[in-house]
Amino acid sequence: MAGSAGMLRAVSRGTNTGRLGKSVCSSSSRKAGRRQLSSTAPRQADITLTVDGKEVTVPQGSALIQACEAAGANIPRFCYHDRLAIAGNCRMCLVEVERSPKPVASCAMPAMPGSKVWTNTPLVHEAREGVMEFLLANHPLDCPICDQGGECDLQDQSMRYGSDRTRFHEITGKRAVENKDLGPLVKTSMNRCIQCTRCVRFANEVAGVEELGTTGRGNDLQIGMYVEKTMDSEMSGNIVDLCPVGALTSKPYAFHARPWELKNTESVDVMDAVGSNIRVDSRGVQVMRIQPRTNDDVNEEWISDKTRYAYDGLKFQRLTTPLLKQGDRFVPASWEEALQAVADGLAASGAKGDEIQAVAGHLADTETLVAMKDFVNRLGSDNLALDQAGGTAPPVHGVDVRSNYLFNSTIPGVEEADVILLVGTNPRHEAAVLNSRIRKSWLHTGLEVGLIGERADTAYGYDYLGDGAKALADFVAGKGAFAEKFKAAKKPMIIVGSALAEQADGAAAFNALAKFVEKNKETLVTDEWNGFSVLQRIASRPAAYEVGFVPSKKASTTKPKFVYLLNADEVDPKSIPRDAFVVYQGHHGDLGASLADVVLPAAAYTEKSTTWINTEGRSQLGRAAVPPPGASREDWKIIRAISEATGSPLPYDDVLALRDRMWELSPSLVRYDARERTSSPIALAGLRALEARTRGAAVSGRAFVRPIANFYMTDPISRASVTMAQCTRAFVKGEEYGFSGSREQPEAAFA
Amino acid sequence: MLKAQKSAAALSRHASRSFRRGLATVADPPVRRYGGLKDQDRIFTNAYCRHDHGLKGAQTRGDWHRTKDILLKGDSWIIQTIKDSGLRGRGGAGFPSGLKWSFMNKPGWEKDKRPRYLVVNADEGEPGTCKDREILRGDPHKLVEGCLVAGRAMNATAAYIYMRGEFVQEAAHLQQAINEAYAAGLIGKNACGSGYGFDVYLHRGAGAYICGEETALIESLEGKQGKPRLKPPFPADVGLFGCPTTVANVETVAVAPTICRRGAPWFAGFGRERNQGTKLFCISGHVNNPCVVEEEMSIPLKELIEKHCGGVRGGWDNLLGIIPGGSSVPVLPIDKCGEVLMDYDSLKDAQSGLGTGAVIVMDKSTDIVSAIARFASFYKHESCGQCTPCREGTTWMMNMMNRFVEGRGHRREIDMLLEITKQIEGRTICALGDAAAWPIQGLMRHFRPEVEKRIDAFRAEHGGVMFGGRMQGSTDPTLALPDNLGPNLIEAGDKPQPTA
Repeated sequence: MAGSAGMLRAVSRGTNTGRLGKSVCSSSSRKAGRRQLSSTAPRQADITLTVDGKEVTVPQGSALIQACEAAGANIPRFCYHDRLAIAGNCRMCLVEVERSPKPVASCAMPAMPGSKVWTNTPLVHEAREGVMEFLLANHPLDCPICDQGGECDLQDQSMRYGSDRTRFHEITGKRAVENKDLGPLVKTSMNRCIQCTRCVRFANEVAGVEELGTTGRGNDLQIGMYVEKTMDSEMSGNIVDLCPVGALTSKPYAFHARPWELKNTESVDVMDAVGSNIRVDSRGVQVMRIQPRTNDDVNEEWISDKTRYAYDGLKFQRLTTPLLKQGDRFVPASWEEALQAVADGLAASGAKGDEIQAVAGHLADTETLVAMKDFVNRLGSDNLALDQAGGTAPPVHGVDVRSNYLFNSTIPGVEEADVILLVGTNPRHEAAVLNSRIRKSWLHTGLEVGLIGERADTAYGYDYLGDGAKALADFVAGKGAFAEKFKAAKKPMIIVGSALAEQADGAAAFNALAKFVEKNKETLVTDEWNGFSVLQRIASRPAAYEVGFVPSKKASTTKPKFVYLLNADEVDPKSIPRDAFVVYQGHHGDLGASLADVVLPAAAYTEKSTTWINTEGRSQLGRAAVPPPGASREDWKIIRAISEATGSPLPYDDVLALRDRMWELSPSLVRYDARERTSSPIALAGLRALEARTRGAAVSGRAFVRPIANFYMTDPISRASVTMAQCTRAFVKGEEYGFSGSREQPEAAFA
Repeated sequence: MLKAQKSAAALSRHASRSFRRGLATVADPPVRRYGGLKDQDRIFTNAYCRHDHGLKGAQTRGDWHRTKDILLKGDSWIIQTIKDSGLRGRGGAGFPSGLKWSFMNKPGWEKDKRPRYLVVNADEGEPGTCKDREILRGDPHKLVEGCLVAGRAMNATAAYIYMRGEFVQEAAHLQQAINEAYAAGLIGKNACGSGYGFDVYLHRGAGAYICGEETALIESLEGKQGKPRLKPPFPADVGLFGCPTTVANVETVAVAPTICRRGAPWFAGFGRERNQGTKLFCISGHVNNPCVVEEEMSIPLKELIEKHCGGVRGGWDNLLGIIPGGSSVPVLPIDKCGEVLMDYDSLKDAQSGLGTGAVIVMDKSTDIVSAIARFASFYKHESCGQCTPCREGTTWMMNMMNRFVEGRGHRREIDMLLEITKQIEGRTICALGDAAAWPIQGLMRHFRPEVEKRIDAFRAEHGGVMFGGRMQGSTDPTLALPDNLGPNLIEAGDKPQPTA
């Protein structure tokens, strides 16, 4: 899996690509899929057929099962998944088609115009019952101790198609399969496997783990990694959701809860800036697990492992009560004392104007950023820093035009691009879900990818152009084969890593890019397409730029006397003056809290209903699933209370008033689930301004370094998570990790 | 030969008799009898590898004779000739070859810039079948020439011959033939001087039976696991490497040049309507002289055995049953064996099939249950494991058949077994599920009393058997067993239990 340049991979079985195929084929001018050995027919008009006597119209190229669904007929299935290639092997979706002597697998059969389909005939029932009997013949039927119980496709469908008693009594017994150790996230119980190969197809097509496959044949067919190794992917948790039975279950969640005990809260993820839609499953005050929610515009149906499994970090290292520093230790205090201590500290520090600094960290929500900015501005300061390298200075790209720092081509737009240049970014770690989109496009279309920056194992092949501003300059000058390809592309795209602005040569690189985009605006910035995309990696960052949470030039040179760390845990301790009064507000006792004079406990993302802006500038509403622990409070309320204590109260008393204020700042902040694109003249004007600002920037020639060394630990929540610690050991360091359990304690010991 | 003359004499006698005594002026049409292929009508004249298999020897037997002219007649002429000859696929399914090849030349195929492939299925793995290997060994040039002619017919750019991995000598002979043909300019760029470029590649498989299924074969050629693909799309649209492909059996391809040379009417003159031609039959099992022989289609099965194999061991009456088309078709009992003709339709009417023409003869010394159980374990072993019914069903059937060999079961489990075969049949991607189900259905159709006898004998000797084969004696009598385990069921063959 070395990400070498020009590497080609083949998908193992891609006869049809489901939704993928459709989206790919709709842009039919594209050259034929190169990396796939087979292709689907291009999509044309709609067709009409009859399902159970009901006429239904579906797009041509749809599978019969989709037509049946459209007609309201519920088709049982195990192997079929509309985002994966079609395997057609479970044979559960059999339906009767006119003039076909045999029942037809509806997932594998294209819907034909005028055909008559029945989904509820005795033949269909008999066929499905037969398949169900075969599936159950080798299934352990250990539902009471199976974690999938209650959300198991096999369980549900056997209620309808299963017999009440078995005919399988063979003395040879049932199949027994050794469990595989896929790592600290996915627990396997391979006796339960029904060989639907959904996990294999997901790993091969979406995650890019081509080692997951089937070995053996017939009844000895096994799912596994061919050799004993862990499944090293940041998307591996999705196979738990895909598994229709309990063969792949979540290891951290094992034996913790049953689905019917859980309260589901639809929310938004903050582990990266993609803003994956999630469902937080909680029981009482505890988050039990996090599941993906379908949103085709953002995360489709997938979430990364950090999104899914970092939730146990919400239980450790939490700040539950205000703390005051006395000498070299923290003492718990009441909110009144703490707020008074902040007000006193501010007064005692003598900070005036820009000497009052606020630093916004990774997990600061939009409401709080607005309140913080208003508060600091009221105190006469413009010193609004960001918690990143060079965050105390105004950002290179500026924040006046939002297309300068947003992912303008949109996340689904990645699939339309025919050439992508990655600059100073490894999307696999900075936006894992987005990376799988690139891989999807790379697999199914002729997408070409180029990379400037540190070499990385993306899940697709790329042309490596170099590691720094020099390579970028060459590319801009049109040198090299990739630059030619980029020139010839119809919908080219440049993905600029958010870390580029933090690099030594960031200004020069942005200057070169801005000039390049300006020069190639007929393809890169048109009315339909904006191929200049900045990939933010931090959940709070787009919102901070949107509300203008950046320092003025004057403020950035001022030495602060009062520092307010808002969820800021990446801050360099040396950057804080020794005599400054430091307040930390956040939910974890991480680095930032240890620097503070006053610690104010706040709510984590699962505990507050706040707005999050993703890298596209899409505003989404997170929702509180559980209450904040102990005495911790919602973030914006804390700032509101401090403003009261310091004698300059903010003018909003509830979140609705605060959102009105956000509307004043920028209406797009509260237009939820919508994304507003920047018109091309404005986008170009923004780039021209960027070019003017960075003109003459020096080039040091230093390589662009990747901002994320360890995907599994990027913020206070994931750093506090035991599961993420195990992942770090298993996947990043390649060590044996703890709590695996599968090797020394066989499953039978629990049975 | 002798037989043919005799039957011809009988015919003329019959005709003259009706002419002499009947008052009617219209004579009955003569009853045509099939079989007795003359030597001059044989296509595979070196099937036994007695002569030189190389290019020189092949040319003395007529191969590569004016192949250029055949090629120059064009694709539609070749396909029409094959259609007229009535050739049906010799790999088992019996699909009309001309029609199949014509699928490659859909209107507007010239605009498709993809390469086009002919794939020859030489993965001969069906138990009992050994016809293709004789062609590969003795007449490899027939196949190479056939590839060229068939490839020309479907405008293919190359032929891939997928050969079973176990065939070592065959591969050597075929590779030699390919090399010779290249050296002589018969294939390659400007094949036979016709201006048509055509390559032939030999690929050796690894010996999985399922790789003989056409789409699994394509997968295997592509370097993937040999697992059948979903159809549609059919290989003629999306086949090998995503290109239009036709998969054909060795024998089908190898007879094509001879048909083109000698004409469709010649080939169509053999066999019954819709079953025309000659065919290699491979007769194995309990005959005095097991052999592979080329014969006319529609030859009576009995005549085939008597004439070429020296009859059944111990005489015709010692026959128990015959599997007429390889392991995947149902067995026929002796009475049917005396009647059937060896062609697609006659055997289909007898609820069996011609398959590959592999006749497996079993005399009365055969343990028929054990024989079919062996087939069941073969299919269990060779199931690819994709489809649920085949993956789970073949194992289940094998377990049940293994029990029935010693009779450890219930009579009603026979019906259950038949029901399982029906649950597999027609529910899978490829035909391996069907092939696994049919021998068992054939066994139960014709030899059910034998199975029942064993069950009764076993129960008489060892006591009650529960479902699944557990012995009633091995259960704990102090525990109440659920009734669905079948411990208390009285079988028809059981002796009445003495009442206490």
